[in-house]
Amino acid sequence: MSVTHTKAILNGERLALTRALTQVENNTAEGLEILEALFPHTGKAHLIGVTGAPGTGKSTLVNQLALAFRQMADGITPPKVAIVAVDPTSPFSGGALLGDRVRMQDLAGDPGIFIRSMASRGSLGGLAAATAGLVQVFDAAGFEIIIIETVGAGQAEVNIARLAHTTIVIEAPGLGDEIQTIKAGILEIADILVVNKSDKPGAENTLRGLRNMLSLAHPEENSINHHGEIMEFNTETDQAENGWIPPVLPTIATSGEGIPELVNKLIAHNDYLKSSGIWREREEKRLKNQLETLLGAALRSRWEKRISPDIYQAALTQVIKRELSPWRAVEELIQGAGL
Amino acid sequence: MGKSQGKIRVLIAKAGLDGHDRGAKVVARALRDAGMEVIYTGLRQTPEMITEAALQEDVHVVGLSILSGAHMTLVPKVLKMLNEQGLDDIKLFLGGIIPDEDKTKLRKLGVDGIYGPGTSTQTIIEDIQQACQ
Repeated sequence: MSVTHTKAILNGERLALTRALTQVENNTAEGLEILEALFPHTGKAHLIGVTGAPGTGKSTLVNQLALAFRQMADGITPPKVAIVAVDPTSPFSGGALLGDRVRMQDLAGDPGIFIRSMASRGSLGGLAAATAGLVQVFDAAGFEIIIIETVGAGQAEVNIARLAHTTIVIEAPGLGDEIQTIKAGILEIADILVVNKSDKPGAENTLRGLRNMLSLAHPEENSINHHGEIMEFNTETDQAENGWIPPVLPTIATSGEGIPELVNKLIAHNDYLKSSGIWREREEKRLKNQLETLLGAALRSRWEKRISPDIYQAALTQVIKRELSPWRAVEELIQGAGL
Repeated sequence: MGKSQGKIRVLIAKAGLDGHDRGAKVVARALRDAGMEVIYTGLRQTPEMITEAALQEDVHVVGLSILSGAHMTLVPKVLKMLNEQGLDDIKLFLGGIIPDEDKTKLRKLGVDGIYGPGTSTQTIIEDIQQACQ
């Protein structure tokens, strides 16, 4: 990749940026070169993940969040906001309908905002394989806030928590009883919980259910139920010492209600991550994760190049006939490749 | 830089003020089922919005649906703006009710395909696939 192109991306030139995103998304040789050239310039943006079940209002909320960040207090230059919105790829046709922009019409015409839709292209876990790469390009291009919207997620699509610094999990009223709230999975990854459509019936129950769930997870920090008498503690002041207790916020994304509070919590979480040292911990973990994924893929492709398809097929046939165990077969195939 | 590798990406937009989006949705769905990645932007898109979305999404094709009769105003604007942004490699397809004399003019301006009522989605799919080769 040419130096001028790297410079154009770093300067946030939109045509260079969008072409770079395509190369990275398609995992081309040029895409890898781009990522490599941009890597030293990454690590500055606040990555905000937004996840939740289909139809809970993720895109509408992302629209409002981006608007709020762009209209922040007077005197301060508003941060540049990038949005990466992932929608599912059809397992049958390989095609996808990416419809998140429909809810983000308010953001049109603002040069400080860049929205990119991406299809999951067969990845499970709520993101596409190239989502992290796209985020790095935006980061290097000077976008200070990067909002990543996952596919409509169920219970186990938790990959976003590995990528984002702050994960917002959106619930809507009426999605289940309290048992749902104590199951493992998506609720555990929330740094901030949002009950959207909070003007709908049942919102109070959902809010209460989630708050109860959190009081089970953090019994001593919030309040103590002592013989029926609830003793409240002030959690705001010593949050840094006690760790972060995910707040539960009601919002109505269509009207913007509750959005200022959500933005405040996002800023507070950013401050908390940095002052507690967790930001660095998460960055280290994320990079370790990335390194291991790349290493795994590289080893596999090296193995594939060294093993002949015949040997592989022979081993597979033996396994199918139950003459060889899969575990033994793996041993033999690795040794057969001289690794 | 080319976009040859990877999936065909298509932006489907309803330009102008009419609210009839059934046709746009049918086409979007058919292209999805043909294995393309379709970015659906919804109703009442201005040429500015369409150009901006086409740039951000780095699409191969923009599919415009216009049923208001304003195609002779909107289409040249979209074409001009795409060119100004350096996006002259994007193919433009148009769906709607377009009189024959306008069709000739629009083709001259650079519209790659024009489709009226009753067009088979298979025709549109094949034309897009061919245009993106």
